Amino acid sequence: MLMRDVLIHRIHKGMREDEKIFLLTADMGAPALDRLLVEFPDRCINVGIAEQNLVSVATGLSLEGFTVFAYGIAPFITMRAYDQTRVGLSLLSHLRALNVILLGVGVGFSYEVSGPTHHCVEDLTIMRLLPNMAVCSPGDGATVEAFYEFALTEPGPKYLRLDAKPAPAIYESISEVDFRRGFHEFPGSGDACIVSTGYPTQRALRLREEMEREGVRIGVVDMFLLQPMDDAALAKVLYKYRRIFSFEESFIGKGGLDALVSNVLRRFGVPATLESFGLSGGYVFENGGREHLYRVYGMDDESILGRLRSVPSPPFRIPA
Amino acid sequence: MSGAIPLALECIREKADWVRRQTLLLHRRSPETRLASSLSCVEILTVLYYGGFIRFDALEPLREDRDRLVISKGHGSISFFPILSDLGFIDSSELDKIARPDGILKAIPDPLIPGYETLNGSLGQGLGVACGMALGIKHRGTGQKVFVLSGDGELYEGSVWEAAMFAAHHRLGDLVMIIDNNGRSMLDYCRNIMDLGPLDALFRAFGWETLVVDGHDIGALATCYREALANRSGRPCVVVANTVKGKGVPSLEGDALAHIRMLAPLEVDRILECANGE
Repeated sequence: MLMRDVLIHRIHKGMREDEKIFLLTADMGAPALDRLLVEFPDRCINVGIAEQNLVSVATGLSLEGFTVFAYGIAPFITMRAYDQTRVGLSLLSHLRALNVILLGVGVGFSYEVSGPTHHCVEDLTIMRLLPNMAVCSPGDGATVEAFYEFALTEPGPKYLRLDAKPAPAIYESISEVDFRRGFHEFPGSGDACIVSTGYPTQRALRLREEMEREGVRIGVVDMFLLQPMDDAALAKVLYKYRRIFSFEESFIGKGGLDALVSNVLRRFGVPATLESFGLSGGYVFENGGREHLYRVYGMDDESILGRLRSVPSPPFRIPA
Repeated sequence: MSGAIPLALECIREKADWVRRQTLLLHRRSPETRLASSLSCVEILTVLYYGGFIRFDALEPLREDRDRLVISKGHGSISFFPILSDLGFIDSSELDKIARPDGILKAIPDPLIPGYETLNGSLGQGLGVACGMALGIKHRGTGQKVFVLSGDGELYEGSVWEAAMFAAHHRLGDLVMIIDNNGRSMLDYCRNIMDLGPLDALFRAFGWETLVVDGHDIGALATCYREALANRSGRPCVVVANTVKGKGVPSLEGDALAHIRMLAPLEVDRILECANGE
């Protein structure tokens, strides 16, 4: 199921129960959304292809006490409307109560063949930069459900970044997702651990199965809440490993997930190395879909498996 | 909630003169404040507040049944500070503490200052936020007005027109936008930068009700606000208030660069002396 549809179904249910929920869309559709537009013409509004106004109207509604989901294509809701988000949501939320959830669909290479204007490979960095902005990057539907509960009970602005492709279940149910902790560890018994977010977690778990067939169990940490986050809890988990691999569908070396992990390792003195898989260099204009783009950026399964297989065998002992 | 008891026009005139003098004094204390664009909207704000056109509660500024004012041209609104002080939103000592660590008033105001609803430093965002407020109030059906004060130079921001379309389409009839049409942006006269032509025609084309007024004429402003508030068309209403940037300071009134001029303290003193002598 699409994560987007999981969320829209939850919002639909929520709007039936709670008069205070609005959903605005910047002309971004979904079959599930059509029903909301009909059922709640006053609270489900298409503002047109106007992301700046989408965010500003959401801000104003929220100042009036409403909970607002603002839905758009990920690169545009984040980057086209960045100043509205910075001023109207991040800054203003320091002084006034508001609850706006920016819902960006199509992160990473989701829109595989649309080219780099529609690839969203900067949002992790720029949205995490904003104080007070919760940044959620789920890898499956259960995590989206957990986010919804969090969004309605936790005030403040939030950004939910969703892949546009169907996401197989990572967790059997919402009860497996300790959302406020920010991440979930699939433990490893060796030295290596992949820290990933969003769709790359799906791939990391696949790689974990592959390595297991080869007799090595690697760890995978699914980072679904990148801000706020429990640094110390993550450090405690990473302490068990000697080699950490960050894995994201966004630029590396520019403040994304790799920087988050690197900061945790440094701040807590975790004695592990860090290698990063993601986009290095610039934009690419190649055709060929997601798998091809993964190969172009050296983040395809074989490239990552090659690095994982080079990990020294356990046991590894933390120096005294 | 009734806001200020409406004052007689001659009393509002006196208030406006006082506000203008206080604005000059604020600029004398903090020369980085934007003086010229704050002087052009003195009457706009004074008539709105002392003419009884906006409902407020100075002791409970965010009270739910208040009318909202979003000041989109934040930097050009230090003339609002004396009004907030006089009406009891802030202590009068704040006027002396502008830009000091122990004060709340600053060159670009924020909601730490009671009476300001939003952050106003980044231009072109006020109307969109006000649309959201007006939409929420319309949904609740409680009838509060949402005023927006914008500059004309700010209209170059595309987001203004995204919001203008939205307001008309969604029939935000309780939205009143006041444009301080002082004709100048930061570096030049707007007609030289990009001439937008008559602003009322622009907004009419976008489906708005439009009113044009001399933004320094107390009586005309009062009549205009009365008309704007009587608007039952369901369409949002724009008041194009034609003003003079730097009004009251001859050296600024004809200066294309008035926006960025800082007056020396002695110059402010001279202007105030002249005003007293009149």
